[in-house]
Parts: sequence; structure tokens; C-alpha cells
Amino acid sequence: MTEENFLQVKNLVKYFPIYSRGVLTKKQVGQVHAVDGVSFNINKQETFALVGESGCGKTTTARVILNLIEPTSGEVLLDGENIFEKFKGSDKKEKLKLRRKMQMIFQNPYGSLDPRMTICDIISEPLVIHKHVAKECRCERVYELLKLVGLEEYHAERYPHEFSGGQRQRICIARALAVEPEFIVADEPVSSLDVSIRAQILNLLADLQKSMGLSFLYISHDLSSVRQISQRVAVMYLGEIVELAETDELFDNPLHPYTQALIEAVPIPDPKTKNVKARLRGEVPSPINPPLGCRFNPRCTHATAACREKKPELFEVDKGHFLACAQPGQA
Amino acid sequence: MTETLLKVEGLKTYFYTEAGIVKAVDGVSFDVRKGETLGLVGESGSGKTVTSLSVLRIVPKPGRIVEGKIELKGENLLAKSEKEMQSIRGREIAMIFQDPSSSLVPVYTVETQLRDVLSAHEKISKDDAHKKILDLMNLVGIPEAEIRMREFPHQFSGGMKQRVAIARALALEPELLFADEPTTALDVTIQAQVLDLLEDLKKKMGMSLVMITHDMGIIAKMTSRVVVMYAGNVAEIAKTDDLYYRPRHPYTALLLAAVPRLDRKKTLSIIPGNIPNLIEPPSGCRFHPRCEFATKKCEEAPPVLEEVEPDHFVACYEWKNITLKGETGKND
Ligand SMILES: Nc1ncnc2c1ncn2[C@@H]1O[C@H](COP(=O)(O)OP(=O)(O)OP(=O)(O)O)[C@@H](O)[C@H]1O
Ligand SMILES: Nc1ncnc2c1ncn2[C@@H]1O[C@H](COP(=O)(O)OP(=O)(O)OP(=O)(O)O)[C@@H](O)[C@H]1O
Ligand code: SF4
Ligand code: SF4
Ligand SMILES: [Mg+2]
Ligand SMILES: [Mg+2]
Repeated sequence: MTEENFLQVKNLVKYFPIYSRGVLTKKQVGQVHAVDGVSFNINKQETFALVGESGCGKTTTARVILNLIEPTSGEVLLDGENIFEKFKGSDKKEKLKLRRKMQMIFQNPYGSLDPRMTICDIISEPLVIHKHVAKECRCERVYELLKLVGLEEYHAERYPHEFSGGQRQRICIARALAVEPEFIVADEPVSSLDVSIRAQILNLLADLQKSMGLSFLYISHDLSSVRQISQRVAVMYLGEIVELAETDELFDNPLHPYTQALIEAVPIPDPKTKNVKARLRGEVPSPINPPLGCRFNPRCTHATAACREKKPELFEVDKGHFLACAQPGQA
Repeated sequence: MTETLLKVEGLKTYFYTEAGIVKAVDGVSFDVRKGETLGLVGESGSGKTVTSLSVLRIVPKPGRIVEGKIELKGENLLAKSEKEMQSIRGREIAMIFQDPSSSLVPVYTVETQLRDVLSAHEKISKDDAHKKILDLMNLVGIPEAEIRMREFPHQFSGGMKQRVAIARALALEPELLFADEPTTALDVTIQAQVLDLLEDLKKKMGMSLVMITHDMGIIAKMTSRVVVMYAGNVAEIAKTDDLYYRPRHPYTALLLAAVPRLDRKKTLSIIPGNIPNLIEPPSGCRFHPRCEFATKKCEEAPPVLEEVEPDHFVACYEWKNITLKGETGKND
């Protein structure tokens, strides 16, 4: 059973102000257009992937959805309810409930673990906050979670710095799973893991999704894992979605020139394919002064005068396949 | 003969924790040749980062280098004073850290931090530093560098922080660069640009590179030789082609089988069993509890690295008796 529109993101915008360096006077000199009118929806039990250039606004989108930062404008509905309004409201219990429903696995497994807490404390912290599990059972639950992510009971008494990068990421995953959330934002959850553990974690996430009915927003630069676990993919470029389609469709039939460049740049694990040079050239554009017209035009080999003038809107080229390009399918 | 730049022999680095002694690096030997890119791969927790930190002599407490030899151009680094090491770090050997934020201080602007690196070893005027920093930031592909260098690390995305960390490591044009997962936070197009940049610098400055990554695509593309680590030991060292097509160590073969490919369908295997506990590591060959070829002998004493063909070293008793599957270029 899939329920549609479990999470709806509507025209989300987030700008960060930039100030001049004056010591006494702080003057705004511009803004970073981190997220600029992003809309998508995630169904129940779906893994929706967000991919795109570094700095294009994926993490910012996620943080706004989780209400960790305020949006400049736009709406996010979870189960039909406007979450920004709920978080602004006064009902503490409701807020806590909403927080429990949505968890995040962070991009940086280093910064997100408190160095003074043992692994047991870290994982049980959300259990305590949300009074999710009776006190006596907490240790049991922690062991269970450690096992789930491929760590051992004896790890519970250790501190974060005693773990390698990949081991720390598994601790983050265990913590996010502790309160049995309904929606998880996983920001690069496997990028610091070796391939075997990566496969294990991805299988684990897929299993949990089935058994617990979880929905995921999966953010990653690792396109093979995106292909493996997501049902639909949105490609972002400079704060905007440029293409959105079902996973196989996107990888087999990419239409946006940026998506094509992205897929082509994935290094192939076979030494015979050495020295494939990066196809995408040109200056990385700035989110402070984004290019006019299509934001990809300075780097696009198909760009025409029209592309520099008018910004292409996202439209449905094929059923469920959305694209923002003035000249689809030319490549 | 290619010149040896770095020689590591029998390196042991242990962490003396309350729970016991973590034998993170336990008898590791390899060398880095001048101008080459050497890959360092292995399971998460196998000691890749600790090995690099040991070479730079910046192993954090309660860790300590217990034994071994580390020679840079014939000079014993373990005999150097801390002061001498300071002048070696950054200029002769630099490192791009796995955690980009660990090399960036949150309370200083990016410009200040890069300037500190530049001025640590020699006098440089503010204007010259500014120009150099601008160049570096352009080099690693940060747009509007002039504005963004005045920002603080938290205002940067994950990938931008990583690029600053790369710029920082390259600032003094080191002879040897340890790049610990330098591109994990980058999208593949920028990753390709950064890898090209590293290649260019290697050619221009004759830099040697040790590339640590879980991405076997990058290893295939960038390296000439690869060191495979398992649980604090070296399992195999080979030329890149040999490693992919003719792996000799059972762990290497399992690692290759677990690598996903975007370009073709492949059933992903998982390496069975648990990661080893490095406080009480398995006896004998540390891989034996997970190895399908293990014999009685494997449990008794650790195998030593032996050269099975030129430039191909394996630490396994059974290498002669087993046939392993490497990259075949075909669908499963
Ligand atoms: N607190 C902040 N203040 C100012 N600018 C910010 C802040 N947080 C993010 N930005 C900017 O917003 C843009 C988008 O950043 P974001 O972290 O969302 O990118 P991302 O897509 O997650 O990138 P990556 O793949 O590198 O993690 C970047 O230009 C970044 O510098
Ligand atoms: N400060 C420390 N105290 C105790 N143990 C440590 C410490 N730092 C590292 N270790 C242990 O040393 C081992 C090797 O860690 P290292 O960080 O070198 O792994 P790695 O190969 O770089 O893994 P990854 O690919 O996950 O980054 C790990 O088992 C880790 O738990
Ligand atoms: S709209 Fe024009 S510039 Fe933009 S991606 Fe399409 S062809 Fe390229
Ligand atoms: S020495 Fe024995 S246990 Fe170790 S890899 Fe070889 S066959 Fe397996
Ligand atoms: Mg991010
Ligand atoms: Mg590491």
C-alpha cells in the first residue's frame, strides 16, 4: 500500500543574508539563494532521493523541512498538516510528537556526536527525551540498535572519538532509528562507509522501510546507492529542481544536460576505463548571483540565446518525468 | 628504478584506552614512490587514517606509535623533534583530513585560516597572502571567492568545506599528500574536477599522493598501486590492474565483489561476519573468522607479506591453492 503525498514540500525558498565585513556596521550586501522555489512530495514508504551539485541546497532543503532553520517562504505539509504552523504553535506535546516522527541522519558523523557522551548515552538520549521506552528496557534497546547497524554490545560504553569514520556513521543511524520515526532525512548516510557496510546499511534501511513503513528523503552524491534504494529522484542545481523522475527512468533516460553530465562523471571501478576526463567544464556558478535565464546555461553545451533570457519552468515531459530545460532531448 | 619517497616498515600504533589496548595499526609496511599515486583501501576501521596520522606524527592521545620505521627520503621521521616535524608538516607532507571541519576552526573566517597556513612557515605580506588564497579557492572551484573567503565555515556546504580543506593542504605545495576521503562530500562532477586538479598538481610539482577512499572507481582511475588493509594489517599490495583483475587475498576479492556499479546490473555481495575487535583481535590471520578458505594454520600464526610476482605482495597462506574472482568486465 502506498499513500500519496505523505510529505508535501511547496515552493520552498531559503535565502541566507551576506553581510559586509564592517566591524561596527553590519550591512547586508547580498544573499545566498540556497533553495529557490523547490516543490516535491514524498509518498508513504517511499525513498525519495535528492542529488545534485555540492552547495546546490540539498542539506538546506532538509534542514528547513525538519524545522531546524526557518524558511524564507514556502510550506511543508506532513500528513496534510502544515508543520511550520505546528512548530510555531504553543502545544509542546504536539511539537515533541512531530519531532519524534521526523529524524535526521547527518552528513557529518563527526560534528553530530557529543564527544563527552558514551555511545549508550548518545543512542538512548532520544529515548529519554521522548520517553519512548521504559527505563529498564533502555539498555536492551540500545544493544538491539547497535546490533541492527552492525556494531557490538561492547561498543556501548565507548566514546565517539574511539571510532573510525564509518563506525561513527552507524552510531548516528542507530540514534535516528531509536524512536521509530515515520520519516527520516538521511543526508549522505553511507558516504563514509566501506562498500560492504554500505550495502548492509542500505539493505537495513530498505528492510526498515518495509517493516516500519518508513519514508526517506535520501540525499547523496553516491549515485549507485541512489539507484539501488530510491524510487524517485530529484536533481537539483543551484537551488532549483531541474529534473525529477522515477529512478530507472532517470538513470536510463536522463534528459537534462546537467543530469547527463552527472551520470557520466561517475567513476567506473575498472582500471581499464582510466583517464576519463571530466566532461563538465566551466566556472562553478554562484548562488549569490545566480545566472539569468536557465541557471545551468554558462556550462551547458546546448545553451542558446533563449536559455540566457528565459528561465525554463519544470514541466512534465512524460508521465512522472519532470524537466526544466528549454530544449529537452537534444543530447 | 623509481625513487622511494616514503618507507613505512613494521609500523605499530596502539591506543591505550580504559577498555584495553586498541591495536589499530599492527605491523604495517609499504612504500610510496616519487610521483606516484598509491591507493590505500580497506574496511572501515582497518587503520587507514591512523596510518596516515602516524606518518605525520599527529596520532591523538591515548594513541602512540609503539614500533616501526617511517623514513622520508631516507630520513627517520620517528627520530625528529616536534619542532622539526612542524616544519615538515604542510611543506613536505600534508594531509587532507577525512573530516573537513576538523581542519577548520569555526570562529575564524576561511581567509584567516588559510592565511595562517601560508604564514606559518615563511613571511608573506597580507596582499600576497590574499592573492594566493584567492588563487587557491579558484583552483578548488569555489565561486565568488572574494566574497566567500570572508565567511565562516558553518556558512559553507559540506562539499565547500571539503574544498577549503583541500586548498589548505595544497597551500604549501607539499611533496607528499595524504588525501583521506578527499571527495566524499563532493558531487561527481566537482569530484572529477578535484581529481583532475590533483593529477595536474602531481605532474606540475612532482607530488606523490596517497589516496584513501572507499570508492573503488576513484582508485581505478587515479592510482598506480594499491595497499589493501584489514584490521590493522596489510593484506595485499599490488599494481592497480593486478589488484582488480587478479586479486590474491580473499578479503580483496570480497571487497571487489561488494563494489556497486552504476553502469551495469550486479548483485551486491556483503562480506559476511563481524568487524574484528582490535583489542582482542582474532589469532593468526585476522581475517580467518570471515574467510571461507581458512585452515587450522590460519588460526595459529599471522601470515607475512610475500612477493608472489613482481610488485605483488600478499599476506595469506593459501594464495597458491585458491582461485579468486576479480573484476571481469561482465554482468553477473
Ligand atoms: N548558515 C548559512 N549561512 C550562509 N550560507 C549558508 C548557510 N548554510 C548554507 N549556506 C549556503 O547555502 C548553499 C547551499 O548549501 P547546502 O549545505 O544546502 O548545500 P548542499 O547541496 O547540501 O551541498 P553539499 O553536497 O556540498 O553538502 C551554499 O552556498 C552554502 O554556502
Ligand atoms: N582515539 C582513539 N581511541 C581508541 N581507538 C581509536 C581511536 N582512534 C581510532 N581508533 C580505532 O582505530 C581503528 C582504526 O581507525 P581508523 O580511523 O584508522 O580507521 P579507517 O581505516 O580510517 O576507517 P574509515 O574508513 O571508517 O575511516 C578503529 O578500530 C578505531 O576504532
Ligand atoms: S535550458 Fe538551455 S541552458 Fe538550460 S539546460 Fe536546457 S539547453 Fe542547457
Ligand atoms: S591466511 Fe588463511 S584465513 Fe587468512 S586470508 Fe589466507 S586463507 Fe584466509
Ligand atoms: Mg549537504
Ligand atoms: Mg578513516
